[in-house]
Parts: sequence; structure tokens; C-alpha cells
Amino acid sequence: MPFLGGWKNKMVAANTALKSDTSSDYNVSAIRADFPALGLKINDYPLAFLDSGASAQKPVQVLDRMDKAYRLEYANVHRGAYTLSQLATDNYENARTTVANFVKAKTPDEIIFTRNVTAAINLVAHSYGRTFLRAGDEIIISHMEHHANIVPWQLLRDAIGVEIKVVPVDDHGNFLMNEFEKLLCPKTKLVAVTQVSNVLGTVLPIKKIVQQAHNAGARVLIDGCQGIVHGGVDVQELDADFYAFTGHKLYGPSGIGVLWGKLDLLNTMPPYEGGGDMIENVTFERTTYREAPARFEAGTPPIVEAVGLAAAIDYMTDIGFQNIAIHENKLLAYATDGLTKIKGLRIIGQADIKAPIISFELDGVHAHDISTIIDSKGVAVRAGHHCAQPLMDRFGLSATARASIGMYNNTEDIDQLIDALNYVKEIFN
Amino acid sequence: MEDDIRELYQEVILDHGKNPRNFRHPEDATCEADGNNPLCGDKLTVFVKVGSNQYIEDAAFEGRGCAISVASASMMTGIVTGKKVAEVDDLFEIFHKMCKGEDIGEPPEEYEDDIDKLMVLSGVKQFPMRVKCATLAWHAINAAVHGEKVVSSE
Repeated sequence: MPFLGGWKNKMVAANTALKSDTSSDYNVSAIRADFPALGLKINDYPLAFLDSGASAQKPVQVLDRMDKAYRLEYANVHRGAYTLSQLATDNYENARTTVANFVKAKTPDEIIFTRNVTAAINLVAHSYGRTFLRAGDEIIISHMEHHANIVPWQLLRDAIGVEIKVVPVDDHGNFLMNEFEKLLCPKTKLVAVTQVSNVLGTVLPIKKIVQQAHNAGARVLIDGCQGIVHGGVDVQELDADFYAFTGHKLYGPSGIGVLWGKLDLLNTMPPYEGGGDMIENVTFERTTYREAPARFEAGTPPIVEAVGLAAAIDYMTDIGFQNIAIHENKLLAYATDGLTKIKGLRIIGQADIKAPIISFELDGVHAHDISTIIDSKGVAVRAGHHCAQPLMDRFGLSATARASIGMYNNTEDIDQLIDALNYVKEIFN
Repeated sequence: MEDDIRELYQEVILDHGKNPRNFRHPEDATCEADGNNPLCGDKLTVFVKVGSNQYIEDAAFEGRGCAISVASASMMTGIVTGKKVAEVDDLFEIFHKMCKGEDIGEPPEEYEDDIDKLMVLSGVKQFPMRVKCATLAWHAINAAVHGEKVVSSE
């Protein structure tokens, strides 16, 4: 699968000439104007928001659409026989169709709305894991997983006795394919890996991982919450069994995530949560369940959040996922080049193919101090362990600062980051 | 804002952060406790030797953290040595108020010198997210001398 967000590290030199974002078909100024938060002044400086990997800002197209859905189109879904409820239901189900078309699912029935990516992975761990895995079966994850793709499997291990195997990462942050192949064996029942490392920016070879896992007879879950943002996904071409992502990193609202699964597989899985809307018939003796996706959407769903997510996808689709990825990759090269020139700064994660995420250390300065000081210059980055402690331990780090680039960032944001980091050095020297 | 940053990152704090005092693991410590700041990844262990009559004969620490948490631990271990456990409790309460920007009233005369020293850390009151960094070592020593093993500043 061509991963549009992929950026070859060796292209640094070729891209460092970039000084402006005015590529012919990408108008970053117009895009920035759609995001109210980007007009903020923080501590008298324009906000340079470089934390989209944690959660992205929202365009007016999403905000206005959700506002309208709450003001004029709101009722509960799948329940009322009145006009407004039908309208809300149509909006909710149309959002499902928008998501299905976006990820190229076979049918909207393969799209389950969840609370976030964490809930999507927990759904698979509970419903699929507890039904189809047995004590002694093995689950393979990578060393680059964030806690959302580690802890659900540990809970499953503690409950039923499966084993967890971890694919190591090399010093540059590359996924070690040969080590993965060594771990695959007849006991492997599930492979659960991220598409993109949220700390190192590494783009994992997920197409190949899926093929190898299937050859070994294992199912595959891809955590796409960082990956889908930088180029989208084609789930049919990828051919994984589950693909999970979240709305709030995709310029949509918080409170909504998506689990895509192959329909025949989903329909063999029992419900994860019980409640209204997921049942066919309930008596006190026996309840029968509807098919996917309703089976996995107990209770009132995130109605307006679904509408907002669809609006975000429409917004990105209008601009073009490929255009966004090209823009972000240029900025990644520009930022990598600029940061590398700061003496004492070390970039953690130099994988062969990277998404626009840059973790770094500055000699003698803790990431938390970096974050506080550059905030005084209007720059927002994440500092800490990024909910990926095993990976931090692997690189001997307790915390890094992380700049993550989104569709609305420009070279001025990067320049502001670099100036602010020089100010950090000034204070600490 | 830049003044606040300069006040937070004063020379004294940067010096303690870079060259922490009492950064060691004393073999004869009678108690210890870990202080974790899970959101930032700060991890400190504070070691204390409590002698007869509840006097602290030695205090030291090891671990990793930001300039604020390390400087605070460095200064704290110096200040508490030679004090009674009950006095450390008092100082922690006063220091916590200083960090949160609360009025500390008229502190007892015997603590005046210590409070003067700790005042350099009071710049955190402008940065609510960083109060837990400044107080991490104090939470840990409090846990150590009162018999808990691990504390979290969350």
C-alpha cells in the first residue's frame, strides 16, 4: 500500500531548500484561516501549534456542522418515529457511509463507532480475544506501541493466559521485520501493531506485516490513529482484519473513534457492551443481538461527534490527502534540517520512512522545562513519555519533547520553534 | 511572561538542577520512598536516615527529573538534615502554600532562613502545571518518614 505520509530520511538534503509553503496547489494560509485556534496569541506570541499528534485543532467546517446538528437536527437516533429523529438517524448513518468510503470499506456495516481508538482496541481484546484466543496462544505487538495497544492485551493475558511477544526496534527506530518473522509461529493468533510510532514517527511496513501474519494464520489489528492522519488508508488493499483510529487527531471532535473490521469476522464476535440499540429481542431469560455494527454500539452513540468526524473527513478530502501529506513531508524535512543545526539537540527516531513527528532531546535540559519555556514564546509541543513508556525505556529516556506537524502548520511555526529552543539554551547556559 | 520564566529559572535553581547536592544513595538510610510524576516521567527516590528522637541525620536522593524537581530535591535534602520529622511536616505545609501562591501568614521564626531559601522556587506559582514538580521530593520525603513506599504527585 502506498503510504502517502511516508518520507524518506535520505531526502533531507533535497528538501532543505524549502523556504515557503506556497506550493502551487496547497494554500496553507487559506487552511489556517479555517482554524480559529490558530489565530490565538499565547503569551503575546502567535500560537505555533505543534502538538497535533496528541490532538488536532478543529476547522470551522467541523464546528459549524456540529453546531447545526445540535441546534436544528438533534434527537436520539434509531428510536423515534418522528421527523427530527429520522433526520438525526440519517445524519448519523450518512456519517458512517462517509467513514466507510474514506477508508474504502466494503460496506458501512464494517464501521463501528466507538469512543476513541483505545475503546476500539479494547473492544477487539474483549470480544474477539476472549472468544477466539486460548491460554498459550500468542499475541505479537511491537516495541513502538503506545499504552492503548499494550495494556488491553495485558488485561487479556491476565484474564485468559495468552502470551505477549514484542518485536524489537533498532537504534534508528526501524521495525525489525526479520525479528518479527522469527516470532511468528503456529501459536501466533493475533498481531497488533501501530501504523506510525507516535514517538519516533516511524512508518511501519504494515502491508508486509499483514501478509506475513496471514501466512502464519494469525489475525491482524492495525492501530491507525497516527497513521491515517498523514495519508489515509485503503483497508481492502491493506487486508488487515481490524483497523482502529480516532476522530480527534483527524481534525474532528473528541469522543469518537472508529473500529473497522471485516464484516464476516465482526458477525462471529459477541457483544462487548450490553444495552439498548444492540439487541434484537430481550426477555429476562434470553437476549438475541443484532449484527454489526449495531451489535457493538450499545446505548446512545456519539451522534453529533459522528457528524463532526464526517465533516472533518470531507474537509480533508476536499483539500486532498495526498496534498496534505506532501505538505507535511516538506515541513518535516524543513524542521529536521533546522533542528539538526541546533547544537546539543538530538532527534530520537531516524527511521528510513517517517511521518511528520519529531521527538528530541536537548543536552542538559529536561523536556518538561523545554515545554514550559517555549510555551512562553507561544510554541506548543508535547513533553513526557507520550504514553509509550516501554519504548522510552528502550532508548534510555524518561521524557522527550515532541513536535508533531499537522496540515495547517507552516515554516513560520518551525522557525518559531527553533527560535524558542535557542531561548531555552540561552536560559540554561 | 518572560519575566516569569526568568524568575522560575533563576541561577540558583539552574545550579541545583545541574549540580544537585546530596545526589547519592546512603547505605545507612532508615527509610526511603519513590516519588513519581507519571505525566512527565519524573522519578525520584528519597533516602532518609532518621535517628533517635526523630531527628533526620541524613537525607539524599537519586533519580531523574526536570530542573525544577531536581533543584527542589537538592535544596530540600539540605534543609531537612538536622531537623525533626515534625518540623519537616511543618515546612512542607508552608512550602506547598508558597508554590500554590497562597498566603503563608507569619511563619515561625525558626523557619525564616529555610523559607528564604525555598522562596526561589515560589516562581512556580505562575505555572500551575509545574507545582507538582516543585513538590515531588517533599511528597516523597513525607511518605518515607511516615512509612509509605511510593507516592505520586498526581
